[in-house]
Amino acid sequence: MAKHQTPLLDQLESGPWPSFVSDLKQEAEARAKNERNIEYQIPQDVVEDLMGVLELSYKDGTTHWKHGGIVGVFGYGGGVIGRYCDQPEQFPGVAHFHTMRVNQPAGKFYTTKYLKELCDLWEFRGSGLTNMHGSTGDIIFLGTTTPQLEEIFYELTHKHNQDLGGSGSNLRTPSDCIGQARCEYACYDTQALCHYLTNEYQDELHRPAFPYKFKFKFDGCPNCCVASIARADLSFVGTWRDEIQIDQEAVKAYVAGEFPPNAGAHAGRDWGPFDIQKEVIDRCPTGCMRYEDGKLEINNRECTRCMHCINVMPRALKPGKDRGCSILAGAKAPILDGAQMGSLLVPFIKVEEPYDEIKEVIEAIWDWWMEEGKNRERLGELMKRQGFQKLLEVTNIKPVPQHVQEPRTNPYIFWKEEEVPGGFERDIKEFRKHHQR
Amino acid sequence: MAFISSGYDPKEPMKDRITDIGPRNYEEFYPPIIAKNKGKWAYHEILEPGVLVHVSETGDELYTVRVGGCRLMSVTHIREICEIADKYCDGYLRFTTRNNIEFMVDSKEKAEALKKDLESRKFPGGSFKFPIGGTGAGITNIIHTQGWIHCHTPATDASGPVKATLDVLFEHFQNMDLPAQVRVSLACCLNMCGAVHCSDIAILGYHRKPPMVEHEYIDKMCEIPLAIAACPTAAIKPKKVALEDGTEVKSVEVNHSRCMYCGNCYTMCPSMPLADKEGDGIVIMVGGKVSNRISAPKFSKVAVAYLPNNPPRWPEVTSTIKKIVDTYSKDARKYERLGEWAERIGWEKFFEKCGLEFTHHLIDDFRDPAYYTWRQTTQFKFTD
Repeated sequence: MAKHQTPLLDQLESGPWPSFVSDLKQEAEARAKNERNIEYQIPQDVVEDLMGVLELSYKDGTTHWKHGGIVGVFGYGGGVIGRYCDQPEQFPGVAHFHTMRVNQPAGKFYTTKYLKELCDLWEFRGSGLTNMHGSTGDIIFLGTTTPQLEEIFYELTHKHNQDLGGSGSNLRTPSDCIGQARCEYACYDTQALCHYLTNEYQDELHRPAFPYKFKFKFDGCPNCCVASIARADLSFVGTWRDEIQIDQEAVKAYVAGEFPPNAGAHAGRDWGPFDIQKEVIDRCPTGCMRYEDGKLEINNRECTRCMHCINVMPRALKPGKDRGCSILAGAKAPILDGAQMGSLLVPFIKVEEPYDEIKEVIEAIWDWWMEEGKNRERLGELMKRQGFQKLLEVTNIKPVPQHVQEPRTNPYIFWKEEEVPGGFERDIKEFRKHHQR
Repeated sequence: MAFISSGYDPKEPMKDRITDIGPRNYEEFYPPIIAKNKGKWAYHEILEPGVLVHVSETGDELYTVRVGGCRLMSVTHIREICEIADKYCDGYLRFTTRNNIEFMVDSKEKAEALKKDLESRKFPGGSFKFPIGGTGAGITNIIHTQGWIHCHTPATDASGPVKATLDVLFEHFQNMDLPAQVRVSLACCLNMCGAVHCSDIAILGYHRKPPMVEHEYIDKMCEIPLAIAACPTAAIKPKKVALEDGTEVKSVEVNHSRCMYCGNCYTMCPSMPLADKEGDGIVIMVGGKVSNRISAPKFSKVAVAYLPNNPPRWPEVTSTIKKIVDTYSKDARKYERLGEWAERIGWEKFFEKCGLEFTHHLIDDFRDPAYYTWRQTTQFKFTD
């Protein structure tokens, strides 16, 4: 017998998509039965009370979590999101319901051994509920009490060699696409760079020292499977600067219908036979391709590496061999002054251990933003406030046309005093000698 | 419920403390075939919805079966995932950037057996535990947020609307029948944790009433200047207020005509709550993307200014989304993302074809950039 009636939630058990309600119920039941005789460290009926409070929210259309919550572990300024229910008498099981962010491995590959160990820990000391994963990438342990935080952290670090992720005004947990682990498009090892920089900047991740949050994300190519361009203050997108590799025989196989276009991604509908002219040549954003006499030609100097032709014919076309990444800066959600995507800062940089050049860019940006950024001002907003030129100046990057979508249309152009012969200090009396009042 | 220590000593909290060790090394978790072929993959193919094969220069083949995950999951469910991975995948698995689960095997036969098993597993309520799909030109998992499960600023729930929407769109999860992939995401307030600002279709929780001010507590609970600075439209100013007992306290005044209910002041200040049953609801945005394929990344644009919160199944939201997907599916060209389609036909045609009402709420009025979203041309199409 369930502790609370949940007629509204129950309606979310039907339908084909995996029901989180069914899963919550199975966890509530498992805790009630406790077949493994676990000495639960938080209320045994925590999941039932979570369903109870969610049902109440479904009834009255508003959240029942109190504002904020400041909890954590000694030594760190973040990693735990405190949360308290605003009906603790009715739902004592979730009176405390804090979230712990656990730093996921790059690429989100796991062994079952590791996951089972985490499950054992979390069932024992927490609610047994998780998010796999949070939007930023962390494994989310959803719901525990304050006294358990240090215990969980101790076990994580001592038994599982596993640290917390980030929260607050600091470097948040970096994340990456699957990269070279299982993708032929990856232009650099996203896992290696993600892991290296996460470790390199552990202090910045665990102890908030920034004006606001800061995120890294690593995409192996411009398809952006981890959406770095939209969801990271610094976005590292793989690219190349030589020629797309063409296998002409494979191109012919596509034209002959032997290979499915786009690896079969459109197989669920009859789009007619593959038409290389219509589907590739005419869709190229720069019109730099030609298919004549059974031969595909690409004017690579005009190619913007959008990935379309490679995506359509993955067995015939490959990124070039001279690979690296572009760095884009400033992406953020709307609050406060509007959403931003990353703006191109470094068109091309090699990605090679020990990544010194990349670190130079990161640290120059941090030096500037940590000094100049206002309270709760994202990097993208500082860029808008002080200008893109300032970002170039602090990173010591020369302005190039690639930095803009288009040149400015207004003529409100600032000059540096030293750029103008004679400087800005002038004597009005000198002026009047030649121009009567 | 006796307290059991982990070994941590609260009297000496810094003793034996381990810090700054970061995540586990990804190389520990690579299946051997991945470790062997990393960086050597030659090409891939989607064999059927939810099943990929990657072929290496070494000749090795890796079959991946992708299944939907509901992100919010129990340890019981994770253990079942582990049981499957132990049985078929030598104890390896991974999660995607959209919170699907991927099981990897090295032969087609193993993939078939794995698929059969996955398809057979259902929750007692009838839903699939591990629906196979999410590849190619279809609809994959919905990136979403905390909602009423855990957050204090939401204007809607996350898990519920996502379940309701994916039930309605389910055929496209298990099929690759659209012009291009459609990314759907949800955020329960306009902090937009996740991908709402850059998705083909986005569900956004929204308030429609200004915050209430708890004058008695605000100066005790809040840094008032932070609450003032939190407002994008400068609707908040400091004000001294006399309480019922005559005490004068420092507080703020919200200019209702300047407030657009973003909730950012509440994020900063617990004494300015704004959630409301009738006021709160959902905004639908469309046309965003993050890839650089053919066109540059795009922000999503507001297509519907308000739909009610209607738990548990949000029928107004799911039917609107279905209408948009169906229209796009019928009208767009191959490879064309939803935003590319809307821009090619013109937004006036998008509203006409989708049967969506265009209201004043959809016209940008936020600062200078709003001007650039109006139409400075005589090029437009007549609609009925």
